[in-house]
Amino acid sequence: CAVAVFASCTKKLDLLPTNDVTSAQVYSTPAGYKEAFAKVYGAYALTGNQGPAGNGDVQGIDEGFSDFLRLYFNAQELPTDEAVVAWGDAGIQDFHNMNWSASNPFLTGLYYRSYYQITLCNDFINQSSDANLSSRGITGVSADSIRTYKAEARFLRAYQYAVIMDLFGSGPFVTDKDVIGSATLPTQATRTQLFTYVESELKDLESSLVAPRTNEYGRADKAAAWALLARIYLNAGVYTGTPRYTDAITYSKKVIDAGYSLITNYPQLMLADNNLNTSEFILTINYDGLKTQSYGGTTFLTHAPVGGSMTASNYGISGGWAGYRATKTLPALFPDNTGTADKRSQFYTAGQNPEINDQTVFTDGIPVTKYRNVTRSGANGQSLDFSDIDFPLFRLPEMYLIYAESVLRGGAGGDATTALTYINNLRTRAYGNTNGNINASTLTTDFILDERARELYWEGFRRTDLIRYGKFVDGTYLWPWKGGVKSGTAVAAFRTIYPIPSTDLSSNANLKQNTGY
Amino acid sequence: QEKTVSGKVTDAKDGSALQGVSVFVKGSTKGTQTGPDGTFKIKVSSGATALTFSSVGFASQDVTIGTGDVFVKLVQNNASLNEVVVIGYGTTRKKDLSGSVTTVSSKDFVKGAITTPEQLISGKVAGVAITSNSGAPGSGSTIRIRGGASLNASNDPLIVVDGMPLDNGGISGVANPLSLINPNDIETFTILKDASATAIYGSRASNGVILITTKKGKSGKPTYSFSSQMSVASIAKKVDVFSADQIRSIVNTKGNASSAALLGSATTDWQNQIYQTALSQDNNLSVSGSLKKLPYRISVGFLNQDGILKTGNLQRTSLGINLSPMLLNNHLKIDLSLKGTYSQSRFANEGAIGSAVTFDPTQSVYSKSNRFGGYWEWLDPATTTGLKSLAPLNPLGLLLQRDDRSKVQRAVGNALIDYKLHFLPDLHALLNVGADLSEGKGTVLVPDSAASAYMRSPDKKHGGVNNQYRQTRQNTYLNFYFNYTKDIKSIKSRVEATAGYEYQDYLTMNYNFGDYTTDGTVISTPIYPFDKPENTLVSFMGRMIYTFDNKYILAGTIRRDGSSKFNPNNRWGTFPSGAFAWKIKEESFLKNVKAISDLKLRVSYGITGQQDGINNYDYISYYNLSGNQAEYQLGNNFYQMYRPGGYYYNRKWEQTATTNVALDYSILNGRVSGSVEYYYKKTTDLLNQINQPAGTNFSNKIVANIGSMENRGVEFTVNLQAIRSKDVTLDLAFNATYNQNKITKLTISDDPNYAGAQFGGISGGVGNTVLINSVGYNRGAFYVYKQVYDPVTNKPIDNLFADKNRDGIVNSADLYQYKGIDPKAFFGFSANLNYKKWNAGFVMRANVGNYVYNNVASSTGTLRNIINPIGFINNGSTDYLNTYFSGSGDKYFLSDYYVQNASFLRMDNINVGYNAGKIFNKRANLRVSANVQNVFVVTKYKGLDPEINGGIDNNFYPRPRTFVLGLNLDF
Repeated sequence: CAVAVFASCTKKLDLLPTNDVTSAQVYSTPAGYKEAFAKVYGAYALTGNQGPAGNGDVQGIDEGFSDFLRLYFNAQELPTDEAVVAWGDAGIQDFHNMNWSASNPFLTGLYYRSYYQITLCNDFINQSSDANLSSRGITGVSADSIRTYKAEARFLRAYQYAVIMDLFGSGPFVTDKDVIGSATLPTQATRTQLFTYVESELKDLESSLVAPRTNEYGRADKAAAWALLARIYLNAGVYTGTPRYTDAITYSKKVIDAGYSLITNYPQLMLADNNLNTSEFILTINYDGLKTQSYGGTTFLTHAPVGGSMTASNYGISGGWAGYRATKTLPALFPDNTGTADKRSQFYTAGQNPEINDQTVFTDGIPVTKYRNVTRSGANGQSLDFSDIDFPLFRLPEMYLIYAESVLRGGAGGDATTALTYINNLRTRAYGNTNGNINASTLTTDFILDERARELYWEGFRRTDLIRYGKFVDGTYLWPWKGGVKSGTAVAAFRTIYPIPSTDLSSNANLKQNTGY
Repeated sequence: QEKTVSGKVTDAKDGSALQGVSVFVKGSTKGTQTGPDGTFKIKVSSGATALTFSSVGFASQDVTIGTGDVFVKLVQNNASLNEVVVIGYGTTRKKDLSGSVTTVSSKDFVKGAITTPEQLISGKVAGVAITSNSGAPGSGSTIRIRGGASLNASNDPLIVVDGMPLDNGGISGVANPLSLINPNDIETFTILKDASATAIYGSRASNGVILITTKKGKSGKPTYSFSSQMSVASIAKKVDVFSADQIRSIVNTKGNASSAALLGSATTDWQNQIYQTALSQDNNLSVSGSLKKLPYRISVGFLNQDGILKTGNLQRTSLGINLSPMLLNNHLKIDLSLKGTYSQSRFANEGAIGSAVTFDPTQSVYSKSNRFGGYWEWLDPATTTGLKSLAPLNPLGLLLQRDDRSKVQRAVGNALIDYKLHFLPDLHALLNVGADLSEGKGTVLVPDSAASAYMRSPDKKHGGVNNQYRQTRQNTYLNFYFNYTKDIKSIKSRVEATAGYEYQDYLTMNYNFGDYTTDGTVISTPIYPFDKPENTLVSFMGRMIYTFDNKYILAGTIRRDGSSKFNPNNRWGTFPSGAFAWKIKEESFLKNVKAISDLKLRVSYGITGQQDGINNYDYISYYNLSGNQAEYQLGNNFYQMYRPGGYYYNRKWEQTATTNVALDYSILNGRVSGSVEYYYKKTTDLLNQINQPAGTNFSNKIVANIGSMENRGVEFTVNLQAIRSKDVTLDLAFNATYNQNKITKLTISDDPNYAGAQFGGISGGVGNTVLINSVGYNRGAFYVYKQVYDPVTNKPIDNLFADKNRDGIVNSADLYQYKGIDPKAFFGFSANLNYKKWNAGFVMRANVGNYVYNNVASSTGTLRNIINPIGFINNGSTDYLNTYFSGSGDKYFLSDYYVQNASFLRMDNINVGYNAGKIFNKRANLRVSANVQNVFVVTKYKGLDPEINGGIDNNFYPRPRTFVLGLNLDF
């Protein structure tokens, strides 16, 4: 080939995909920003870009397992008295048996899902810089909207770092300052460093978020940032060794005072049309049986606990997956298993043996019927295979409980009377009357732990709560099959923190494994 | 009237008497042999005109019968050594080869009902392992030359047909793209193994190169050849499962009242229900000859093959045209080749295979109800569909209620134009242009009554499947090179030089269709109507072969490749090779040693590259818009989501350096010949899917150039002409290959606690994998728990595994690397016996040291499988009787108990043929043959078949045993 021919010969080597586009094309219009922004949120709800499966975000784990909520539920609920699972999927039994290792596929999946969302946020934040907006000619109202998106992306990133801090203790630290795709290895942030970062970031971005209850459904506002602050302050003693109950009171109170109210009927919280519950929900992950399909999320929460003699159609699904149940200690917190007195008690008992002889037998244990893909009027969700139920990441009762616990634990700025009122608000709704209300002498921290279980069970709180109460690993509180023993046993203290996945240790020389693993 | 002719045969070289020379009356089978003194006597009829003399190692000779004695001098011919061998971009004499090149020509092909080309050489070549992927009609094979050089890039060799490299990618609607080439049209396979031979193919040659040459026209009058084969295939072995009575007994003794109530009263062998005796026929007609100065060959073939799994069928019509005109006073030689294929397939639903193993044998096939097409299914009134959730479906229903048909057409054509320059005849200019065009399309229909697609719409009101697919491929090829060959007698030298340019483009068009129910209700719609993935390779290459004194051969090649798959800075790779061959036989000290016919030492080193098997574009990040079921709600609107894709900018060529040392030998006048080769292949910058440091990429796993791997091995070949007598000849061929594979680096950072990259998903427990690639181990080691056995009974103890790290907990930290999926050694042995007009032969293969994970036993051989807690009864592997495993817990799947030694000896083929000679007034020659394929397997493996690609035995489509009758008619 002569030089000219050579040039034409080799130019052919520059090929472009047909349907995929470059970042410059995506971010050339405000509409493109919104579609990229939808991914920043949608990465919570979905497992990939093709519902329900087929083009997953996270590799190395079955796509159906790989959404945030299902993974988070396994990490937060399965190692506790609130849940056991019948299945034999690789690593799933390790949770309740409390013998997980650094190569557990679910922990690995959760870790990479969290960092995936962090990376998406970092990219979006970068793309939304003022310099990029002006170079792309986006100004005025459009630019203002994108600046709000950017603040929300920062919030979501802070949320994921809070999750990493809680579950894994420490982890690699990357922000929008780091170049994606570069060979630079991230450094490891300690738990305290993560706490400091999340706290300062939330306080810094708070002003850029819209006022409580003024954003579009499914998007974060100031109240979401306050609620997250309240949550991390409640657990600050665990994370940093320094309790921050006063701050927990401050921020839970800000949320409570922002105009939220409880919906009337607790069993309507987790139904197919629970997008109506905006008075109580602060921020939701949105699902849709037709348009937002995955095998995780609330589809998982509706299908997984249905089996045995349960009639699938009662739960708005075509058939159950016969997997998850609670141990007997969860229903034991309620006056009855049927919701007669405390309507929060939503269990299925017919044909179920409360004693678990074998975790892998579905009919041992008590299924939870809290999530049902039917509407308030009893109609089925849009699809019998995928749920319409939205999942509240934050809802008002948690703020009441944070306030009350922080007051009882000596935080300043709140008072016991208000705390009691808040708790009785929950109990009045639960009972439909004041029969379940308590008096000040009953309101102890241990009562709060039980009340949190009653109010928030199967919503992803239990592990964190048990750790805060010192009951997660030691022998003072046992539940069936804790530590893999039928009557329950204490496990090593290092298991209050999950291991950094060995896959990341093999890719990033800056990382050190957590003690014990 | 007869007369007797006598005479003597001597060696032309030294006049010594030759014993055992065959003497025939020309044109008949009447013959004799020379005695120890070289003399012979033969009675001939008065009409006989000539005698034919032939002997191995000598050129045969015809001598006219005169009046006196006949004295014949036969000339030694190292015929096999003078054979011309196809190498990359040209040909050479076999004796001048410096690289590792093995040719198998049509007379040595595996016989029988061969429907896909690569099976023609299975077991025939050292270092080449060919494993058929399944027993399905037209299914392909996995070909590994010297173990394969890659981890996550492709391990498939490059296949070049008549000078045109094929795309390794599949075509929609065909089980195996190679199956679109009619095996009857193939003349030779040439396998290039070492870098000296392959480096001229540069970028795609790390896993070896297979050159396929199709039959060409011969000069002369048209000759016709017709062949027809009829075959009957049936299942050779079924999965060992329980009978209906055994299941009733297990459930009644181990189950409770509610499980016993699930039992039926029928006795059904579900495997008998789904398999059939399959008939096939393969007819081929070819005509070859020369029309004036235009040699041609035209062939048509028609194959109709049924699968042993009911409903499966393949019909293939193929047309091959080869024209080889010589023009301009023989200065311009053109080879035109066109191969066209039209195939129609119906794919059987292979899901029925697993379902037939597990479906309850106490239930009858039909339900006596019209629901679900009349097939008996597990029911549950509580579900919307009425079907028991998660229960297996009726195997026969799965099979007969799915109609998956494809039509594929393909045309491969190329023209090789060889111009010998008028002013410098030693210089050839060659142009090879070609195209490979194919279109595959098909439909999948499932009636709405079928349980497999019952009420599958989200609202549970519409069911069935009515879907289609379509793909076209357009691969274009251009190659231009010069070849200069010169014998310079004055300095005892011969020089061959080649330099050229090559362009290859692979363009696919995938049409996207929606997913519909039988009545056309939309389940999903595609966002884009089509996708057009494409990749291009541009190359420059050169080669120089220098031969001195016909003793020393020095060869060097260099190739530079550019691939569209890499970023512009990493795009180009350079792949050199060098080789030296020493024809020891030509040295004076051996020249006259009669015992040694040939001896040659070959040494080579070279580097080849790899870029197949990786994505086309992802050296930068592209954004992908999500589908209609992956939208996200913000406010009251649903948005399709733009997702940035993971990327790896610095990806570059994977490189494999190969060292080869070989000795070719031929002794006892060519009666024993073969070679011994040693090779060492080291792959660096391994295209390896590695974990990205969390937070640094949009994908947590990316194919990057991290890691290295070694293959080293020895190949041994011996061909033995065991018997050479007038009536009997016996040829034996044996080859052996020992290959050792070891991964030497895998990750960016060396974490001692990181075991490696796990893969090899199994059935049973989502996410369970049993294989691992670990540093220091062979690729594809099993990664399992160490089963603890009862010291008294030697039976495995349920859910008891060794705590290998002694930390008091049995968890994934106790998994260990155990054995591997690849054989340590493999062997091929074939024999051909000719007795007068009869011939017989066989081909045997053996693998040693390969292990298979018996997933059928692990997923079905437990009590929990048989009495499923969800509320149905299953059949299961009788392996349950060896373990009595309960099936509770999540670790038994990963027990090393299920990793079983799958070394085997397989009789691939036994054949018998008879040459009936001239029929129809001597106008035609008839040969008839019979053979049996997959005759028997000797193995310790407990599952269905020990030869499983990938090492995980799960619902394998059984390789049938096939009986074939064939006839060949030449006229």
